[in-house]
Amino acid sequence: MIKAILIDDEPLARSIVREYLQQYPQFEIVQECGDGFEGVKAIAVHKPDIIFLDIQMPKINGFEMLELVENPPAVIFTTAFEEYAIKAFEAHAVDYLLKPFSKERFDKAIKKWLDDRSAEKNTQEATASLLETASQSATQNNRIVVKDGGKIKIIPVGTIQYLEAADDYVKIITSEGTFLKNKTMALFEQLLEQQNFVRIHRSYIVNVQLITRIDPYEKDGHLVQLLTGVRLPVSKSGYGKLKAILGL
Amino acid sequence: MAYLSSRNAFRKNFISWWLICLTIQTIIVYQYDFPLYQSFVDAFISNALMCACCLQIVNNMRYYLPRREKYWYVFIISAGLGGLCLLLSRWILAGIFRADSVYVTFLKLSSSIRFGFNFLSVGCIAMLSILWFTQEEQSQVLHRRTEAEKLTRDAELFKLRQQLQPHFLFNSLNSISALAGSQPEKARHMIQQLSDFLRGTLRKEEQQWMPLKEELHYLELYLDIEKVRFGHRLQTITNYDEDILDFSVPAMLLQPVVENAIKFGLYDTIDAVTISIDAHADSNKQLIITISNPFDPETTSAPVGTGFGLSSIQRRLFLLFARTDLLQTKTDNNIFTTILIIPQLNDKSNPN
Repeated sequence: MIKAILIDDEPLARSIVREYLQQYPQFEIVQECGDGFEGVKAIAVHKPDIIFLDIQMPKINGFEMLELVENPPAVIFTTAFEEYAIKAFEAHAVDYLLKPFSKERFDKAIKKWLDDRSAEKNTQEATASLLETASQSATQNNRIVVKDGGKIKIIPVGTIQYLEAADDYVKIITSEGTFLKNKTMALFEQLLEQQNFVRIHRSYIVNVQLITRIDPYEKDGHLVQLLTGVRLPVSKSGYGKLKAILGL
Repeated sequence: MAYLSSRNAFRKNFISWWLICLTIQTIIVYQYDFPLYQSFVDAFISNALMCACCLQIVNNMRYYLPRREKYWYVFIISAGLGGLCLLLSRWILAGIFRADSVYVTFLKLSSSIRFGFNFLSVGCIAMLSILWFTQEEQSQVLHRRTEAEKLTRDAELFKLRQQLQPHFLFNSLNSISALAGSQPEKARHMIQQLSDFLRGTLRKEEQQWMPLKEELHYLELYLDIEKVRFGHRLQTITNYDEDILDFSVPAMLLQPVVENAIKFGLYDTIDAVTISIDAHADSNKQLIITISNPFDPETTSAPVGTGFGLSSIQRRLFLLFARTDLLQTKTDNNIFTTILIIPQLNDKSNPN
């Protein structure tokens, strides 16, 4: 049996996938979810082979939900939003279905996935690269979704003080506490560069609006002090970037 | 019309002044003991020439307005024309009354006074016409500008009115597609609702104003469709006073605000969402429409009040009423409220 989960906030949108999927006896819908939180839990419990995922959903969108899932399954997106980088998706094994979609289009997506599966293509890799693309989409730039213990936490970018590299993770330091996310510093640097954040050091990305002073430190180096009193090292190249953004 | 009547007024004024000058000069010359007939001819010829000069100047100014150094221009042209007038009138009058040596001497002696009078009159007329034509030019520029602004405003208003979200349409079609398999009757009903809604949208693209009654009906169609899409998660409460149903509202103003409320209500919270719509009139006979939706103050990253996709509504209200205070928002715990104030105008065809 192939285990599938449907995640969409509109009941009728789920019912159409359910109806189309009835033609495939090898598929079993193990759960239907109305939002991303349920989705994360259901995926952890059932470990499905494939999920049908809407993008615009309550609280956290489909991309953000995927980020919270460890070892995400194969994904077929079902969405009315054309502006998400559809071209980029086409390069991956994962498919997208533009609502409203026909039975033929749905069958094509399933066939493609089944073929890839029997050819033992690594769909997880495809999902990972899909996420890379998705997280860069403009809609996600103003918040970061993390897992905090068992709970899911949405962090508005404006409340972030700085980010610190920690092995395979990035520590996100906010006014409400510290959170971990398994992404690279380079990705965050790229993600946050439009939002007044600067990578001042190999290990630090800082919210420029919180900087109160910059002092020289040892040779070639500097230290920034934030509104909260925290002091962070600035590398030589980081100082150059900082000077550029502050117009010094 | 204003232009023509002002030209007539100018003509009348000009002739009256000319007659006054003529009379005064006749009397002055008569007082120097010349016969009435001679005084009159003297006054008539000098004033006729001066009048010609003045008209010439007015005509001149109509086609050419000095931009810089206008005072020097007026001074030089007045002096030149004044001098020319004097020479011509002296030559003609001396020709007519050649035999009267007393008069010829008088003519010579009074030359400087005559020149001064000519110079002042021509100068005055020149200044007045500069003023007049400059003003006219400015009012034309102003007229053109308001005309251009009106065109842009109309185009912008048209565009703002037409903003139907394609996502709404595609998602509704998806719901219909789902219903078509399991509940064809419901699918047919929803197609009907969607058609009525779209027809209303098309019709409204041509109209600027709608009675509140029709807007509310249109809103109801929209809400019914959304309720099919979202199922039990979406609930709405609509309250209004019966006696304000004839009040006017800008066409398609309410639907985007409600759409916005639904979007933020449904996508910012997990639970069932109640959207309340309330319409009443205030003491100034303004229509007050309040639309509220729940939201989560902890995760809404955009500062409340500026985002929420209400800027195009604000813009529309500004273009229609030239006021920026007609759209207000407030938050109360986890309820976001949008307040629309719609003044009632007497002449709906021309809001300005």
